[in-house]
Amino acid sequence: MNDAGLAAALGPNGLIALFVSAILFSVGVIGVLLRRNAIIVFMCVELMLNAANLSLVAFSRVHGIEGQILVFFVMAVAAAEAAVGLAIIIAIFRHYEVVDLDRFRLLRW
Amino acid sequence: MQDFLFQAFAASAILGAVLMVTRRNPVTAVIFLVVVFFATSGMFLMLDAHYIAAINVILYGGAIMVLFLFVIMLLNLGHAEWRDLRGPVGGLVGGSIAIAFLGVLTRLFVGGAEARPVVEVAGNALREAAMEQGVVGVVARPLFQEYVIVLEVTGVLLLVSIVGTILLARGGRT
Repeated sequence: MNDAGLAAALGPNGLIALFVSAILFSVGVIGVLLRRNAIIVFMCVELMLNAANLSLVAFSRVHGIEGQILVFFVMAVAAAEAAVGLAIIIAIFRHYEVVDLDRFRLLRW
Repeated sequence: MQDFLFQAFAASAILGAVLMVTRRNPVTAVIFLVVVFFATSGMFLMLDAHYIAAINVILYGGAIMVLFLFVIMLLNLGHAEWRDLRGPVGGLVGGSIAIAFLGVLTRLFVGGAEARPVVEVAGNALREAAMEQGVVGVVARPLFQEYVIVLEVTGVLLLVSIVGTILLARGGRT
């Protein structure tokens, strides 16, 4: 199947979903690189995961149900990651009293 | 009408994401992230992923965002910090990396790369399967048959994360 065939199989909404997924992921990258607040950086990671989910769902209309299964597992891993990450943020806050990423320089040069 | 609704969801997702990244107050950012999650749930719904849409609202929009708000409340971070955004150099570097990344993704999605779907299923096939087996059944059947080992491993992962969270949150050496 060539590119035109893929576009036809995705439909107009599928193509829009892919574009939105790319834009959401890029906005998430900007947020991770631009913000200093650890909680907002963490939220941007969640945004990037959601963008990947959107792309998987759009492609699952062409490839079959496996894309949605993968979204399910991505969500489970994201939930685990959110719990552990927020616990780490709380532990860091207890030690430094801030969540500013530039202040944590123990492992930096 | 449906196409218009889909485009409205897409626009509100992008708008919410941009507003989320640019807000200085973490609580406002969480609210805009909830907007993004609701909009993507609407898109999931119109892409024939009904179960994923429901789970997205319940798990992301409900549980994870409440967790974020709870941590913000617990650490008393609900006020804007003036030195939150990085300087102009950081903004330039970050913005150019993101734009380059967007260009690569667009090129992958639109043309250039070889796109070869393995199975050719039209979008209607998913809808018919959902009519036949039910909205949950169409996801649950392969989940508990072909991918049951992955499901069990995910359970172990969640258990490890629970133990790790408790260990981290208790703190100290006890």
